[in-house]
Amino acid sequence: MISVRGLRKHYKVHKRPPGLKAALRSLVHRSYTTVKAVDGISFDIRPGERVGFLGPNGAGKTTTLKVLSGLLHPSEGEVSVDGHVPQKREEAFLKKIMLVMGQKQQLLWDLPPAETFELNRAIYDVPQAQYKKTMSDLIELLEIGDLIGKPTRQLSLGERMKCELAAALIHQPRVLFLDEPTIGLDVAMQATMRTFIKEYNEKYGATLILTSHYMDDVAALCPRVIVIDKGLLSYDGGLDALVQRVRPEKRVVLRLSEEVDASRLGPLGRVVTHEPGRAVLQVQQEAVNATITRALSTLPVMDLTVENAPLEEVMSELFAESKARRAEASEPVPA
Amino acid sequence: MSARTTLRALPTLLRVAFAEAVAYRAEMLIWVLSTTMPLVNMVLWIAVARDAPVGRFTEADFVGYFLATFAVRQLATSWAAWLINWEVKQGTLAMRLMRPISPLWAYGMESVANFPLRLVVAVPVILLSVALVGAKAVPQHAWQWGFFVLALVGGWAIAFLANVAIGALCFFLESSERVLEVWLVLFFVCSGYMYPVELLPPTLRTLIDWLPFRYQIGLPVEMLTGAFGWEESVRLLLAQWAWVAGLGAVAAVVWTQGVKRFAAFGG
Repeated sequence: MISVRGLRKHYKVHKRPPGLKAALRSLVHRSYTTVKAVDGISFDIRPGERVGFLGPNGAGKTTTLKVLSGLLHPSEGEVSVDGHVPQKREEAFLKKIMLVMGQKQQLLWDLPPAETFELNRAIYDVPQAQYKKTMSDLIELLEIGDLIGKPTRQLSLGERMKCELAAALIHQPRVLFLDEPTIGLDVAMQATMRTFIKEYNEKYGATLILTSHYMDDVAALCPRVIVIDKGLLSYDGGLDALVQRVRPEKRVVLRLSEEVDASRLGPLGRVVTHEPGRAVLQVQQEAVNATITRALSTLPVMDLTVENAPLEEVMSELFAESKARRAEASEPVPA
Repeated sequence: MSARTTLRALPTLLRVAFAEAVAYRAEMLIWVLSTTMPLVNMVLWIAVARDAPVGRFTEADFVGYFLATFAVRQLATSWAAWLINWEVKQGTLAMRLMRPISPLWAYGMESVANFPLRLVVAVPVILLSVALVGAKAVPQHAWQWGFFVLALVGGWAIAFLANVAIGALCFFLESSERVLEVWLVLFFVCSGYMYPVELLPPTLRTLIDWLPFRYQIGLPVEMLTGAFGWEESVRLLLAQWAWVAGLGAVAAVVWTQGVKRFAAFGG
């Protein structure tokens, strides 16, 4: 479905220090720097897959999405999406895809969302019968029946985002690029959006590529993740395998019936958090059974769960590792 | 997008753009107030012509000319350059580019959709002109009406295509709003907006005939006020539509090459 080979996207950016002197100097001598937003990445995505792009700010995730959706022309490399070269922006290609950006909207601001839906029906040349059926499904699944007649400017952020998603799906795209689709939404709305996106993927077999800073989005939606850092691909594989690789230790979460002294927790593992009635211990994977047995016999345990480390921690550790490796590589070699 | 699909989408584009125009009607009325320069010029030129005609223009002729200028200005106008600059800077052009229809169709329809509201202002002004000047304020023959409509459409097309070409320069420059300001200064001086171009000395008039500005405003105004016979009208209309074709080609090239440089900043 999607094939990317040696993708590079470099920008030439004008650079100058602050101040009047620098501003005047830049009138006669402009200096440029090359920003390597994406610097030679390759991957394949099968039809119907749900893939998360992860990486810190400025890693190149959104740039990659924009190249895949045909908005940006690559500096180098080959990209193919369902047999199309995205930057050619052929009509058949644009009718198969959609890019939803949490920070950009396609809804007409002063008109009700129903007008944008109708506009998209006409632009994507969706037959009336299919449009009515799709709209009816979207209205029911997203619960937007009461919203589509109100001017967009009067909708809350969450309501707007649901309508944005509906507008994006009227033509039933086969490839859905989602760039921070839950940004700014409350927890309940995030969960609604995730459920809907997953249902859409399963119902229509659409391929889904997601970038999000909310790890819950990624954990709920993407069995596979591609980690991009400083324009380079640093991991491509299962989410569970990534967690195992970066943070193989497990978290043992204890609910306690009475307060216990920290000195009683120390021998069981590294104490991550300790508060009245609750403690979280980090232990080596092979020591989990022994730790549980010992905790049950020595502590007033009411309830106990074993979890992976939070994805946020895993990711920050991964990015810190990459940063340290880069710093090491750029250090001058002693004579 | 194929021509057939585009044609099928245009009525909806136009209807939705009209709904937007209605939503922004107050803004449009304020814009109308900013185009009253022809009325000021009318007063000045009436004063100049009080004692004797200027060229062929009597006081009544100036009233007819500048009321026609005011009416034509409401229709033969476009703001696509500002819109393109704004959307490129904000990155919101990305949402338009994701659709299987060129954003230029949407910009065009957004401009055309304002016509009905603008006619609400322009038609009474033309009727006022007839009341003040008499029947010669409007064409006397059917062919003159036809030529006027053709010249008006051509005037709008020049305004729109020049706006697209200038707006698309922002893909190459950081902003092309200053280029638009230069265009507007030339427009005010050379289009017949401030004075009838036929009052200029022959050399300057020849120069202006070779520039696009007079074909945006001056020509439709002259067609409305019946300034030319059949042959001269045809010659000028051909020149106008040659400019439409030329600007269309320039706008298409600048836009197509510019979009390749679009960086889609801002999220």
